[in-house]
Amino acid sequence: MKIAIASGKGGTGKTTIATNLACSIADMGKTVQYLDCDVEEPNGHIFLKPEINETQTITISVPQVDAEKCTGCGKCGHICQYSAIICLKGTAMTFEQLCHSCGGCMLVCPAGAITEKQKEIGFLEIGTANGVKFGQGRLKIGDIHTPPLIKKVKANALREGIVIIDAPPGTSCPVIEAVRGADFVLLVTEPTPFGLNDLKLAVSMIRELKIPFAVVINRSEPDEQLTNQYCRDENIEVIFEVPDDRRIAEAYSVGKMIVDVLPDYKKDFVGLYKNISKRLEGTQRNKTT
Amino acid sequence: MKEIGIISGKGGTGKTSIVAAFAGLAKNAVFADCDVDAADLHLVLEPKVKQTSDFSGGKQAFIIAEKCIGCGKCKDLCKFDAINLNGKGNDIVGKTFTVDPISCEGCKVCVEFCPVDAIEFNDQINGQWFISETRFGTMVHAKLGIAEENSGKLVSLIRKETKKIAEGQKKDLIIVDGSPGIGCPVIASITGADLVLIITEPTLSGKHDLQRVAQLAVGFNIPVLVAINKYDLNPEMADQIEKDALEHNIKVVGRIRYDKAFTKAQIMKCSVIEYTCSAVSEDIKALWRNVIYALG
Ligand code: SF4
Ligand code: SF4
Repeated sequence: MKIAIASGKGGTGKTTIATNLACSIADMGKTVQYLDCDVEEPNGHIFLKPEINETQTITISVPQVDAEKCTGCGKCGHICQYSAIICLKGTAMTFEQLCHSCGGCMLVCPAGAITEKQKEIGFLEIGTANGVKFGQGRLKIGDIHTPPLIKKVKANALREGIVIIDAPPGTSCPVIEAVRGADFVLLVTEPTPFGLNDLKLAVSMIRELKIPFAVVINRSEPDEQLTNQYCRDENIEVIFEVPDDRRIAEAYSVGKMIVDVLPDYKKDFVGLYKNISKRLEGTQRNKTT
Repeated sequence: MKEIGIISGKGGTGKTSIVAAFAGLAKNAVFADCDVDAADLHLVLEPKVKQTSDFSGGKQAFIIAEKCIGCGKCKDLCKFDAINLNGKGNDIVGKTFTVDPISCEGCKVCVEFCPVDAIEFNDQINGQWFISETRFGTMVHAKLGIAEENSGKLVSLIRKETKKIAEGQKKDLIIVDGSPGIGCPVIASITGADLVLIITEPTLSGKHDLQRVAQLAVGFNIPVLVAINKYDLNPEMADQIEKDALEHNIKVVGRIRYDKAFTKAQIMKCSVIEYTCSAVSEDIKALWRNVIYALG
């Protein structure tokens, strides 16, 4: 089962929910994996403090032009939709940063002058943390290949057991890459006007992807009901509310887990997990009948 | 004319609230909301839209069901798993191929190699962008369509249009609200800017993200300043961040105290400075003076 934790707005507590949920599931004796797909700014490791025992360099395929063979026909530059290869003064030049690895230039080159080479875009680190299997992607600084890196991180997802995917913030390509294929999405928000505006965008995105989801309100306050009202109106379940508690904020600021500092919360996270799996069983049954 | 990009690395550090406050303090400026993925600045600046334009970031493939012969060449060649055998049948085959618009990256490979020219390649409308008036001046902002890509291109477009307006109106400053992270929309938000201000918070995550985004900006040769929002939530961490920054020759030019006024101002649709004249507003004004001084 894959559960993705996402949020339109950044800084709403996505990683807090994802890491505490993963730990609580591990405590139940279940097999659980945490995958940090927020590859631009991965932070799960700060809280889970994993022991990393494997680091892989992640690459993508980009074209390499053999100047000897290139006839300067310009067909490659013509098919490339991203200006990643351009034919200038009789030879093709590449701009690897812009390449989407579609393979088009290699396919059209009549002289066979273009071959594939590998370009480093980031790293995948794998390890364990307190019974949680840990994996994180880390984008090389200055690189922009966020979605392909996320794809490679997700390729390491366990087939059996529970996979928690910590998605990047926002609503565009990186998030879609991260949540695609998930069985359930938790949208983490905060009860502020900015939080609500971005939640609405995230909800439309998840609806477009047709994945079952529910909302988690972090730093919730009894007199801030705007978000709850929106969820009621839209028929969205608020599956969990974490109160605005200074002790949680303090724990967060120094990289501590809620379930370690305030063990009472463990049962809430276990309850959250059970709730999600119950809902999924329901949809699975609907699918088969 | 100078351009300043305000970014955060980590989300939720109060960047947009601070940009909104700056909008009120700036004398002769134009504003650009380049956080196109989660645009919030309009909630405070309440822009009156004067001009709306479509944004097309690229093209997309579309298979004409009547022409498809079901050979599967497109599916074999597509590197983005965008092609599925789930379209309606025709005179030739029982099922035709279709393109999943969310997965298609518009590379044109299938279009080029379809043996019967069954694939169209059309401009895609990915969103809209606006030129608006606000109580503080002109603002350029956008709305990216649901599940659309090309946010980097949209950011570049917004900045280009903002610059044109600033020149036309003889303004001397452009304030850009950038996006979180270190990826393509961020790079598009800051390349060529005169100054980058990074808003961080005194947490381990904030510290960690600051290092990455500062390294990015420095790599692009843009002068970088840092401000620590909510510094009093963990003063030791704030000191540590300042020390780290100094080691990399980056100056912390402001510390803003934690105040619920940030949220309350959002609810009232006003900037923190319009909402209160308490100490937190003084913190923001002091930061603004330092930023202006650094811009020269
Ligand atoms: S592989 Fe595709 S995106 Fe990359 S240079 Fe070739 S045509 Fe352009
Ligand atoms: S244009 Fe490229 S990405 Fe889109 S369906 Fe065709 S081959 Fe796939």
